[in-house]
Amino acid sequence: MTWVQVVFVLLGLVAVGSALLVVTTRNMVHAALWLVVTLGAVAGVYLVLAAEFLAWVQVLIYVGAVVVLLLFALMLTRAPTGPQTDLDARRALPAAGVALLVAAVLVTTVVAGFSEVTLDLDQAIVGSAEMTGATVFEKWVLPFEVLSVLLLAALIGAIVLSRADTAGAEDDEDAAAGSSDTADTADSRGRGGR
Amino acid sequence: MPELLEVLVRVAIVIAAFLVLPLIVGQIEHKTMAHMQSRVGPMYAGAFHGWAQLVADGVKFVQKEAVVPAAADRQVFKLAPAVAMLPYLVAFLAVPLGPGLVGQDLDLGLFFVLAVMGVGVVGTLMAGWASANKFSLLGGIRVAAQLMAYELPFVLAAASVAMAAGTLSLLGIVEAWNPWWLLWQLPAMVVFFVAGLAELQRPPFDMPIADAELVFGPYTEYGGLRFAVFLLAEYAGIVLLSALTAVLFLGGWRGPFEEQLGWLWTLAKTGLVAFVVVWIRVAYPRLREDQLQRLAWQGLVPLALFQLAITAVGVVVMAS
Repeated sequence: MTWVQVVFVLLGLVAVGSALLVVTTRNMVHAALWLVVTLGAVAGVYLVLAAEFLAWVQVLIYVGAVVVLLLFALMLTRAPTGPQTDLDARRALPAAGVALLVAAVLVTTVVAGFSEVTLDLDQAIVGSAEMTGATVFEKWVLPFEVLSVLLLAALIGAIVLSRADTAGAEDDEDAAAGSSDTADTADSRGRGGR
Repeated sequence: MPELLEVLVRVAIVIAAFLVLPLIVGQIEHKTMAHMQSRVGPMYAGAFHGWAQLVADGVKFVQKEAVVPAAADRQVFKLAPAVAMLPYLVAFLAVPLGPGLVGQDLDLGLFFVLAVMGVGVVGTLMAGWASANKFSLLGGIRVAAQLMAYELPFVLAAASVAMAAGTLSLLGIVEAWNPWWLLWQLPAMVVFFVAGLAELQRPPFDMPIADAELVFGPYTEYGGLRFAVFLLAEYAGIVLLSALTAVLFLGGWRGPFEEQLGWLWTLAKTGLVAFVVVWIRVAYPRLREDQLQRLAWQGLVPLALFQLAITAVGVVVMAS
């Protein structure tokens, strides 16, 4: 085993170990913090595989934005210090089964597709910004555009769902506060009730 | 072993810069603020215009008792200062002082620095939550909201320079820099600097630690050495933001006699930007939370997108 392989295995162990802690810890915020360790270890794995660009994207997006959003939501709702007793998921076993199945599918795909490929680390330019950009915008430009349209649709969907003054809000008195029209009706109904 | 020795020397220089430059900025802040407010500031420590004031502060911090609140989450509480400080130390590695004068030249230097800077905020969030104090928690929530609002224009403004230079390497960006970028990339510079200030929670964007409302936000329960580490992280952040602004937008080591005096130019430009950071603290009152969000989403994000369009047109026109 070379040093690179040793580092790779160690990073993998850190990633798997902290991922297990994410789902077993008794505290929601600790779970989010262990997730930082998992994502950081995965970024390290990318680095060892010479995918430098992907590694820093992983840190910037997942650690810098997604986990911060997660912590924000936790702090805004309910995040006591100390263990929480009501965290046991009732469907832990089926969930573990699904996770194992997904892992089996992914491992089979990766092994079937890439088991012959070896990476020469001395001349690895696979993950440089130039290579990544050229590959995405020359070879894979159509999937890239399709993905961006999908993300845009999800974004618009999220905005539509979170707005109170669009159609559908009239049935729901609680959500009507955003529009003056419906708010007035809700108000008068409230007064009538009194 | 010369290779290993070189790495050790480079790391030692970066650590020395990390420990000295924030102190210099801190002293500049003491004295500049004092004179702008018609005071003299520290005068006694070290005899000459109080130059040793921050050293004395450091000694005082070390002597204090390390208190952990009873209800706090002990491990997270103790870990938070290190998580807040280490990313800035790592980011210092990639910032170039002169041609070839850099801790480590990375092909993706700009991306690396931006990614690592975002991690530091997790430390502040950990501090806010683990203190088990409602003021700390509110401060933490404000930190998270602020980061999410300002990270986007920050990265977009940096992307504009990367597009103009055609590279993500910090050395490459300085090589490609041209004085007329001062005009072409001016909106990006403004967006980058303002969003950076907000990310560091410097006044006028210090809503998370607003002392009149939240005591001291996420740092309320911290004292002694741990508090000093948070302070060091803040001033290291100022140095990093100033150095990045100088490297990306002000041409880094470019200037007269750049072959011999390049490092001095970088330091001078960094110092100038750091002075502006302090100046803004004295000149502007703190923004309210809703004003802060409005500035980011309705001011900086559209401006950054506009700049990206200008940059794209410029790059295409110049290439043809």
